[in-house]
Amino acid sequence: MKNKNSQGAQECPSRCPDNSAFKQQKLPAWKPKLAAPTVLSSFFTIGLFCLLMGICLILYINYSDICLNCSKLRENSSNWDKECNCTVHFTLQENMLGNVFMYYRLQNFYQNHRRYVLSRSDAQLLGQDVNVSIQNSSCEPFTTYPNGTPVAPCGAIANSMFNDSIQLFYYLNSSTAIEVPLLKSGNSWWSDKNVKFRNPTSYNLSSAFAGTTRPPYWQKPAYLLDEEDERNNGYINDDFIIWMRVSAFPTFRNLYRRLSHTNQFADGLPAGNYTFHITYNFPVTKFKGQKQVVLSTITWSGGSNLFLGIAYTVSGAVIVLAGFIITAIHLKLRKKKTYFQR
Amino acid sequence: MCCSKTNNRIKTSKYNILTFLPVNLFEQFQRVANAYFLFLLILQLIPEISSLSWFTTIVPLMVVFTITAVKDVTDDCFRHKSDNQVNNRQAEVLIDALRDDRIYLTSLFFSQADLLLLSSSEPHGLCYIETAELDGETNLKVRQALPVTSELGADIRRLAEFDGGVVCEPPNNKLDKFTGVLFWKDNRYSLNNEQMLLRGCVLRNTGWCFGMVIFAGPDTKLMQNSGRTKFKRTSIDRLMNALVLWIFGFLVCMGIILAIGNSIWEQQVGAHFRIYLYWSEVVNSSVFSGFLTFWSYIIILNSVVPISLYVSVEVIRLGHSYFINWDRKMYYPKKDIPAEVRTTTLNEELGQVEYIFSDKTGTITQNIMTFNKCSINGKTYGKSKTVPVDFSFNPLADRKFQFYDHSLIESIKLGDSMVHEFFRLLSLCHTVMSEEKNAGELIYQVQSPDEGALVTAARNFGFIFKSRTPETITVEEMGKLVTYQLLAILDFNNIRKRMSVIVQTPDGQIKLYCKGADTVLFERLHPSNEELMYLTSDHLEEFAGEGLRTLALAYKSLTEEHFKEWFKILQEENTSLDNRNEHLAAAYEEIEKDMMLLGATAVEDKLQEGVTETIASLSLANIKIWVLTGDKQETAMNIGYSCHMLTDTMNEIFIVTGHTVMENQHSDREYFVLQAHALEADLENEFVEVACMCQTVICCRVTPCQKAQVVELVKKHRKAVTLAIGDGANDISMIKSAHIGIGISGEEGMQAVLASDYSFAQFRYLKRLLFVHGRWSYFRMCKFLCYFFYKNFSFTLVHFWFGFFCGFSAQTVYDQWFITLFNIVYASLPVLAMGLFDQDVNDQNSMDYAKLYEPGQLNLLFNKHTFFICIAHGVYTSFALFFIPYGAFYNTAGEDGKHIADYQSFAVTVATSLVIVVSVQIALDTSYWTAINRFFVLGSIAVYFAILFAMHSDGIFVIFPNHFPFVGNARNSLSQISVWLVILLTTVVSVMPVITFRFLKEDLNPTITDQLQKSRRKQKPLQNYIPRVYRRNSRRSAYAFSHQEGFGELITSGKNM
Repeated sequence: MKNKNSQGAQECPSRCPDNSAFKQQKLPAWKPKLAAPTVLSSFFTIGLFCLLMGICLILYINYSDICLNCSKLRENSSNWDKECNCTVHFTLQENMLGNVFMYYRLQNFYQNHRRYVLSRSDAQLLGQDVNVSIQNSSCEPFTTYPNGTPVAPCGAIANSMFNDSIQLFYYLNSSTAIEVPLLKSGNSWWSDKNVKFRNPTSYNLSSAFAGTTRPPYWQKPAYLLDEEDERNNGYINDDFIIWMRVSAFPTFRNLYRRLSHTNQFADGLPAGNYTFHITYNFPVTKFKGQKQVVLSTITWSGGSNLFLGIAYTVSGAVIVLAGFIITAIHLKLRKKKTYFQR
Repeated sequence: MCCSKTNNRIKTSKYNILTFLPVNLFEQFQRVANAYFLFLLILQLIPEISSLSWFTTIVPLMVVFTITAVKDVTDDCFRHKSDNQVNNRQAEVLIDALRDDRIYLTSLFFSQADLLLLSSSEPHGLCYIETAELDGETNLKVRQALPVTSELGADIRRLAEFDGGVVCEPPNNKLDKFTGVLFWKDNRYSLNNEQMLLRGCVLRNTGWCFGMVIFAGPDTKLMQNSGRTKFKRTSIDRLMNALVLWIFGFLVCMGIILAIGNSIWEQQVGAHFRIYLYWSEVVNSSVFSGFLTFWSYIIILNSVVPISLYVSVEVIRLGHSYFINWDRKMYYPKKDIPAEVRTTTLNEELGQVEYIFSDKTGTITQNIMTFNKCSINGKTYGKSKTVPVDFSFNPLADRKFQFYDHSLIESIKLGDSMVHEFFRLLSLCHTVMSEEKNAGELIYQVQSPDEGALVTAARNFGFIFKSRTPETITVEEMGKLVTYQLLAILDFNNIRKRMSVIVQTPDGQIKLYCKGADTVLFERLHPSNEELMYLTSDHLEEFAGEGLRTLALAYKSLTEEHFKEWFKILQEENTSLDNRNEHLAAAYEEIEKDMMLLGATAVEDKLQEGVTETIASLSLANIKIWVLTGDKQETAMNIGYSCHMLTDTMNEIFIVTGHTVMENQHSDREYFVLQAHALEADLENEFVEVACMCQTVICCRVTPCQKAQVVELVKKHRKAVTLAIGDGANDISMIKSAHIGIGISGEEGMQAVLASDYSFAQFRYLKRLLFVHGRWSYFRMCKFLCYFFYKNFSFTLVHFWFGFFCGFSAQTVYDQWFITLFNIVYASLPVLAMGLFDQDVNDQNSMDYAKLYEPGQLNLLFNKHTFFICIAHGVYTSFALFFIPYGAFYNTAGEDGKHIADYQSFAVTVATSLVIVVSVQIALDTSYWTAINRFFVLGSIAVYFAILFAMHSDGIFVIFPNHFPFVGNARNSLSQISVWLVILLTTVVSVMPVITFRFLKEDLNPTITDQLQKSRRKQKPLQNYIPRVYRRNSRRSAYAFSHQEGFGELITSGKNM
């Protein structure tokens, strides 16, 4: 691309164009062609690679159907302050080894709806001044109460936060059950916990939230989300952070707890009988949704469902097949010599 | 009074510094596309509709506006420059301060306005002009000032006081007519065309002249003839506009589908979900929500109607234009003229040309005649040998004259009487005027270049025409001065096709010398010449086969009595009042018989360099070449033969004269010579039908306007791309009306160049322009468009699929910043680089294999069919882009058990897949990987990741938390193996079918290019493709003489001495 003006001027008269490769369109270039060996070998390589995918162990328990009485109770919003508990028994046929994760899974919950996605204030969640930050947000109608008190945290996402609590018990034998130790923090992304979400600064958390009030559907204000752990309270509560990371599809699962590898759970969940103790707060039947609790291990490629494995297998097979067909056609045609004719 | 005071300046520029911004902005908003984006911008300001932030539209719009404005500025600077160049051309405007309508012209200068000739340097106010610029005729014409004004001479004071007034016809385009009256000093003088010097004509053989401006600027006959400047659009442009409309329709359809979906969703699902997601204050019914969703989706999906399409196309065309400007193989070193693109928007149409309309004089020919061969007394001279004859023995020889046959000079030196007679004839029988400025410097003033060539040849061979008076001709014959008494000139005209002089030698012999068309002359020979006639006629055929212009020469000795008797009859006829011309012709006929044949001359009308080869290869590429000329039929046809457009194997010369419908139409007609009248009557359809059947068409005696008419006819009746090429002002109209106009630059006149879209110095560069630049431009543009539509569909339709999973809520799949930047940053440069640099075959092959030009003419590379394939490809890719991540992320978690299926990670995954898929696709499409391509493709991916990480970084989030909510996302998502697995699978699934189809297509249905590349890979040397042009002897007359009647009379009257 070098412009050789000065040199060009000496070679030829003034208006003669430069003799540079760029201007004469003679730049050195690589001219790839779809050569048979390259194409065919790439087909077979990619096809074989696609066949190597793992499958993980996974367990779904739909408790919105099992805890029918609680579901019914929650359909009427006037019962919001009535507690409803529900136990779900299940049996693990084989050990779940390695890391075990517990998720809640919602179906038909449109977290990706545009008006829902917008309904938050990132500035507020960053701990900035409440009155300023909610002003520029699209939290309506969950911005302020009619008396003018700002909602903290504002918006439809925060308001609709999942608030069931789930505990897992393991039956050592038919009568004694011990609670499976689960970790409630460290479940969110580091960047969310440390950068994206920050509590407002003050001498303590409750004073930081002074002058604001909880979202209408919440049972307790934000500064009481986790009273035991200061590092997991307020906006930086892991459950809250995970909920605020809206899902891409109306069916999704969010990480709820991780198995703490202690005592008999050092290798994972042993086979046996278990019970979920669920405090049922979150209504789903009203919008024809369902709730599930999910126990899952993960593979080298994550806690994937079968799709990737199947997709890779199918594409691999198709590509290999196509490779064979193309090879056949190519070899057949190569005998028929086609020369360039004027 | 018609002495209008209009400014004579030509103005083609649009802006000046002050008007630029408002005018340019106004123009830009006038474009439908830009207005549409403004409308979108307004929509986005309505919060209920706004599905995208305002910046997603305004940033690309600003970029587009800026680039367009910069381009407009450079274009206009260029126009300013060329305007100045024309307006500052030389013509001394004298007495400018007094009244700006008196102009002084000196020899060889262009007349800049239509002038009334007042006086000139020549006696009787004569003035010689050449009008090749105007009508393409190459012979000189005479203009004569009125006697009253010619008295003014060069007296500037009196000229300045000249206060005559002219009443005349309004400005019109008739070149050969003018009527007006001059009022001066209480007298009326009628004016006609004889006193007019039209703009564009060149003074010859005249020292100076004074004129009064009648018409100036746009009123001049030349400008009136040049037609309107039309805004030219390429067929791709038109197709593109139609496609954009279709896409727009498609967009509206998608909007309607999604809007209906939204209404239904709000009714069926949203109604139950309302506990979490309230209605907003404004929107509270599902139908109204659907209506607003329609507009929201129009905003989101607007990128299928690509905003950057037009500006990218412009940029690519500009780049191609620069490549043409920079091409050294189209640079003419002799005159230091590079090729120049004057309209930058037509390049790809150069690859689709089917008809070429060419001017003859100055374009195909150099307008230089050379005496090339001759046949004297049954012997031919002039067989080409390498060493030219040395004429140094002759001090008066013309240096430029070259002849390669030494035997002729031997014959002269040996004193062969027939050879002497031959050259004596050439030195006597003509209407040339001589001028001996200094001793030994003889200058001939010729009225036709043919005659100049003949007299110059005689001069070099020792028969030097020195001077003439009305009664005598002085010739230096082999160093000896001889003065002949000039008894009569039997002037040339188109019916007689011959001219004769009758002279008396100093020793009293009276001789008639005659030169003319062989067909005419052979009928008037003495019977004893029969044998020589056959021999000479064989030679004439040989000359004709080479495309030379021939004249036969004969002489006759007269007795004094015979001559005097005849001369008496002649003078009687001369004074007869009615049918004088016919009587004269009869008298001439009387004496021009029983002549003795001397031989024949063959003059070469020199073609421009490489014309024959160029025309041959253009014809091989199925391009039809029509020659349109104002010149005579004979001269035009001769050129047809000499450049092998006409060959003897062709049959049925079909000449249309008069207004009659052609009567005998033969189906085996192969070429066609047209005379102007055929255009007038309602013969349009017949004309086009017949002409398009012919392999070659030559139109002669056409006026500039008719040239344009012919072009318009073909444009109207054949949907083909036309190209007009010419050098003179008479070609302007045709250059303007053809799809592509080309001017030959470097000659005196600039008008054709100024009106043209491309200009270069030599006709032969046309081949390179079409076969290399045109073909590449077309190829690149088509590839570019295909890819561009594909890219936009892949990018945009993902939102459509997502609509079905997000409650038709107009939620975008990608981050807003990605939407803003995708088309202008991430995916623009690689495709631009491909559009600018791609080459499927190199220039040498493009030049060598004319067949490669065909796809453009047949419009194969980008048409509705290919468009739909591109669209289908785009839709398929968007499908893969959405559904593979969807399937993979549906209800799943990352390898650390954490989030992966959240909206933001999904957005990043799909965006990354998209960037990689379109990059791989451009990599597959690019067939010529220069360093720039590599840099842009890899650079785009690198820039994508750089910007991605920057926008997802902590710092920028803390400053603008509401605008960059994706903080930390790139880091978390892209560290997941499954994200990369998804990206890989998406890429493979998107790209593999394309590879399969291309590979199979190359095997099963190879294009010409594929075949060429394959055969070259196999190292099969291909023989040169241009077939030899075989010459066959013909039985046709190659007579051609660009001469005009009237000069004989001028000489005998003595007016011009």
